[in-house]
Amino acid sequence: MSNGDEILDWSTGSEGIAYQRCDDCGHVWYLTRAFCATCGSLAVRQHQAAGLGRVATTTLVSRPPSEKWKEYAPYSLALIDADEGFRLMAHVERDARIGDRVRARYLSFEDTPIPVFMCTDP
Amino acid sequence: MSWITGTGLTPFGKHPGRSTLDLMSSAAAAAIADAGLERRDIDGLLTGYSTTFPHLMLSTVFAEHFGLSPRYAHAIQLGGATGFAMVMLAHHLVEAHLADHVLVVAGENRLTGQTRDAAVQALAQVGHPRYEVPLGATIPAYYGLVATRYMHEFGVTEADFAELSVLMRGHASEHPDAQFREPITVADVLASKPVASPLKLLDCCPVSDGGAAFVVSRERINDIAVRIVGTGQAHTHQHISAAPSLTHFGAAASASTALDAAGSTLDDIGYLAIYDSFTITITILLEELGLAPRAGAAEIARTGGFSRGGAKPLNTHGGLLSYGHCGVGGAMAHLVEAHRQLTGRCGPRQVTDPRRALLHGDGGVLSSHVSLVIESAA
Repeated sequence: MSNGDEILDWSTGSEGIAYQRCDDCGHVWYLTRAFCATCGSLAVRQHQAAGLGRVATTTLVSRPPSEKWKEYAPYSLALIDADEGFRLMAHVERDARIGDRVRARYLSFEDTPIPVFMCTDP
Repeated sequence: MSWITGTGLTPFGKHPGRSTLDLMSSAAAAAIADAGLERRDIDGLLTGYSTTFPHLMLSTVFAEHFGLSPRYAHAIQLGGATGFAMVMLAHHLVEAHLADHVLVVAGENRLTGQTRDAAVQALAQVGHPRYEVPLGATIPAYYGLVATRYMHEFGVTEADFAELSVLMRGHASEHPDAQFREPITVADVLASKPVASPLKLLDCCPVSDGGAAFVVSRERINDIAVRIVGTGQAHTHQHISAAPSLTHFGAAASASTALDAAGSTLDDIGYLAIYDSFTITITILLEELGLAPRAGAAEIARTGGFSRGGAKPLNTHGGLLSYGHCGVGGAMAHLVEAHRQLTGRCGPRQVTDPRRALLHGDGGVLSSHVSLVIESAA
């Protein structure tokens, strides 16, 4: 599953975005699993994403799900099309629009580094 | 062959002090009475789920509570598509002679049985527990993401979305049991409190208490029996992060399977019962199903095409957006209204000779799709 170097991923508490690629069919995906859902191969490896991509869509959340999110609201969520060919959900800066080039930064929320994508040069 | 032989529906809104089982029981008793049957006639049972009453075995809990001894029973979980999925299964169960009369029932005190935050958090769990929910995502946010992209791709506006909310409220104003009956305008929708852009409060269905039930039978046992003539499903993803497209979902495939099975085309359809959890949901479904051109649903709504006197009357009870949404029972109300329309029992809301209805439900974030075609016997 690993390339040897430690792969950083925000969902496990370290600043970074991990994704997976199938060594057999080349399929690339984001939601971690131990096999390739396209071809069934077990030859899958985790990789470190560069944290660069384009905004696929956004929403400004004004009604958060819980008290702890209320102090951050309103906040923008987005789907980001990462350069490596997978799509992920993340926070995004308020002014970001569909098609904007963005780069990941991290916001510490309840000890979890939440990815927040900021607009960057094309 | 299978027939919907009876339906039951409670008012939606606040039912303080009434439990999931209470609301299921009220709806079930009404459906069985509507069919002219007794409890002992029911030999199949399908139930949904309840967020306020999670249980490993809701069907047998309900059977014991209500007084049934079915020879086939279980619960089904498919989000908002659950109700129509249960009807599809009941159809096949009676055709396979596994039961003569299947009771399909759901109910939930989703509004008064928990806090508002608890409801929002419970529903957000259709998102990914590791990659979506921890970001502070909610169901309106998942649909807000879809809505922003849909506007970008097809030029739909927030005022367009609002037309569907106005339409549903107008329909609900004619139903005494709807949760919200006071007419609203496009300006009211646009000025309502922001929830998850572009969706505002009046683009979102309410949280409700309520229950709904039907009986599906193999024989045409009464003169309100409506035949199930086509069913279909399509499932393309669970999480919006993993959806193969943000603008094309499984609705068209699901509906075309159901229409083909029925030997029907959209031209034969005289009544529509389409899932409307948000204005974006019903806009996409109408347009993907081919009931409106892309970015065209609002214009049809505005000019009466989906009204009682229009070519394709839609959710004449007010839909999830205004009749209300109690969970699994929410979309089942669409079928109850369709059944009543096809049997000429809608009083002032009655549509002229609808004959055939197309029903479509969606669960998750446009993830799971179930379509039904039903036809009056006459």
